[in-house]
Parts: sequence; C-alpha cells; structure tokens
Amino acid sequence: MKTITDLLRDHPFFDGMAKADLEFIGGCGMNRVFKAGEYVARENEPADHFYLIRRGRAVIETFMPHRGALSLKTLRDGDICGWSWLFPPYCWAFDVRALDNLHCIQLDGKCLRNKCAEDTRLGYDLMQRFARIMTERLRDTRLQLLDVYGHPGQPPGDNK
Amino acid sequence: MTTPDIYRVDQRTEEYPGTFTLAISPRENSAPGNEATGTVAQAAAARATGAQQNESCQSFQPGQFNMLYVFGAGEVPISMSGAAGSGNGYIHTIRSLGAVTQGLERLRQGDPLGVRGPFGSGWPLAETAGRQVLIIAGGLGLAPLRPAIYHLLNPGANSGETMASRVSLFYGARTPAEMLYRRELEDWSRDIEVHTTVDSADQAWAGHVGVVTSLLSTTAIDPEQTIAFICGPEIMMRFSIQELIRRGVPTTAIYISMERNMKCATGHCGHCQWGPNFICRDGPVFRYGDIASWFSIREL
Repeated sequence: MKTITDLLRDHPFFDGMAKADLEFIGGCGMNRVFKAGEYVARENEPADHFYLIRRGRAVIETFMPHRGALSLKTLRDGDICGWSWLFPPYCWAFDVRALDNLHCIQLDGKCLRNKCAEDTRLGYDLMQRFARIMTERLRDTRLQLLDVYGHPGQPPGDNK
Repeated sequence: MTTPDIYRVDQRTEEYPGTFTLAISPRENSAPGNEATGTVAQAAAARATGAQQNESCQSFQPGQFNMLYVFGAGEVPISMSGAAGSGNGYIHTIRSLGAVTQGLERLRQGDPLGVRGPFGSGWPLAETAGRQVLIIAGGLGLAPLRPAIYHLLNPGANSGETMASRVSLFYGARTPAEMLYRRELEDWSRDIEVHTTVDSADQAWAGHVGVVTSLLSTTAIDPEQTIAFICGPEIMMRFSIQELIRRGVPTTAIYISMERNMKCATGHCGHCQWGPNFICRDGPVFRYGDIASWFSIREL
C-alpha cells in the first residue's frame, strides 16, 4: 500500500521535489474523503489545510445575495485546492464544494508554513510551485472575465 | 455563383434568446406560406434535429459558408451548421447582432431569403483518417464544426473514408443556458468524447466551470497523431493554439476558422483581405502553420 509520501511523489505538483521535503510534507498529510455535496472549505473560515485531489470533482463557489451560490471554477483529479494557508489572514477566500465523492490528500498548511519560515529553501520551492498554479488560474480567470462568448464584436459583413 | 437564389425558411428553432437555427431550402421545393406540413415539414424537422441530416442537406464541405441575403437589409456570411448531404437545403445557426442578422431573426416559416454559396475552404476531413481528432469550439463556434462532427460520427456514409482513431470535442460556452445543441451533445457523447464547460453557472449546473483550454489537460494527446480543428472567438482560438503547441501538437496539424468582414465572398472586393489571403476565398478554414505569422499581427 502506498504511503502519503508515495502518493505525493506521483503527483505532478511535487514533481522533482527533494525526497526529504516530500517526506516532511507527507508526514503531516492524510487521506480524506468528502461526500458529494459536502463543503471542503467555507469562505472566511481558517485555512489550515490544502488538498490534492486524487479522484472526483469539486467546485469553487462564492455566494451572491439574491443570486445564490455561483460556480467559479471546477477542480478535478490532479488539481490542487487551496493556497489561503500561505498568506495572512490564513482564511479561505471562497467556498469549495464536492460535486462527487471527493478523494483527496489533506496536507497541513499550518504546520507547513511554519516550516517554510524556518527553511526558506523549501519555502521558495513551494512558493514557485504554487505561483505556477496561481498564474494559470489567473490567466484562466482573465479569459473568463473577458466574456468572449457573450459580447463579440460586430459580426463580419453585418456592420450596417 | 454571384446572384442569390431564392430560398424559403422551412423551420426556425430558437437555440437560446438571440441565437436561432434556420432550416432553408430552394423556393420551388419549399412548402408555400406558413402551411408547411407533411413530408416537407418533416424533412425540415429532421434537418434541424440533426440525426437524419445526412439525407436532406445540399452538398458542401463542412466549414464552408453561405451569403444569406435579407431583402432590404443586406447580406451576411453564415457557416453551414447542418450535415453535408445529398438533399437540397441548408441549416444555419445565427446570432442576432446587426441589422442583417436581426432581419434573419425576424424570418418565419415560409419567408423568403437570398442565398449565395457555398463559399470558402472546409475542414480537412480526409486528413483525419487514423488520427486523434481534437475539436475545440467556443460559443457559436460549435455551429461551423457541427457538419464536421456529423462527418466524423458517420464516416461510412462518406465514400468509404477511414475513421479517425479517436474524436474528442471540447466545447466552452458562456452559461449552461447558452450552450448550442445540448441534446445532440448528449447523443454524441455515446460515440465520441464530449467535454463541456461554461464560464459561469449557478449550483444547478453540475458540469465543469472554467475556460475551454482547461479541459484540454484532461485528455491524453499523442502529438504526432493528432489533428485539431478550432472555431470560436479569436482570443479563445489563440489560447487554445498556445495550449496545443505546449502539448507538442505541430502547427501544421492545427486548423482554425477565421472571421473577417466578408462582402463579395469571391475574393474580389478586398473587404476580408488578411495579409496575402482573402478569408472568403482562401479561408475561412486555414492551417495554422500557414498563417501563424499573420495571426499575430494585431493591425490585421
């Protein structure tokens, strides 16, 4: 049976990470299952953990008065969920809800951020990995904000 | 063909507010007025629902377009969205935006319109044999790709051509309510991979939320055996191309459908000139490797 460290080693997010670092991170990790519909995170609650999704889907949501919960992005197998544990005030910025039974590795962000403060080499390594994901999500979010399907320019030949 | 033929609307289907599909056929073959019944109406209904379209549409290459003429308003280029077949009609899916498309939106069963076409280049379906086909569509961009999907779903009906080894459709829309051909997407998913996503949704939507390029990461790609067809807003095509190139797909295996201000549709008036190309004559479907240098020039 694979250990948490083995599972982390197989995950692309941790590709190339030093063995000792993987063992440290894996040492404060555990398998976790959320049932479909269960909330993985709630806005403004303490962000002490983050998750590697092994199987299933989750959706990042926010609540708007008079409109209800709005879906912002779907996460699925192989995705990372959560980086609020890295930055003050260490609170979730959005809700995260399991769409299916969600199998994850839960990692201890609170423990890890203390370690990163002491070991800046590990801190820089982790920050680079999260920055790549943040950059991808920021690019995707910008594209979503463009609303390219909703407000196209004047169609060709139809400019009268 | 430079003079419009007179067609009539056989059936009008509302896809979602502001976007509609017209099934049209030549005037002499249409039912008169608003009284289309029996076989003509049934044939039109079959075209609009897609399943039997191979039996009812005029011959054209998937990806080509017609010039649709609204009397008193003008002409607009619209891609065919039905199957290319042996019949005598066309299907067009249209978004109402300007004066001409608003005129098309007002047409009802039996109303006349002018048609010139088909024009332009089509998707290179002969090159799909034995390859993994990635179809990436954004918004209304699914409409010009639908004839290609019909072809790939039913290769036996196309002169004994060899099947693609795998077909994957990635479709991004603004909201769940603004997805085209939702029933067909479900039907297609029985035969090909269908991945859909929307830019925003409420909790009633259990599907994917995010940009269409994020869906591409969910499928394995063999770059040497892949051919990709992309149609949608130009910025969506640009980011899709970047993702495909990042995954190793050669630029010579990526095809896109371009839009510009097409007027004459025969490469004479120059309205749609794009570098050395005329979109109406040399496109709208281009191999990306051939036009990459023009694609990145903002002034064009």
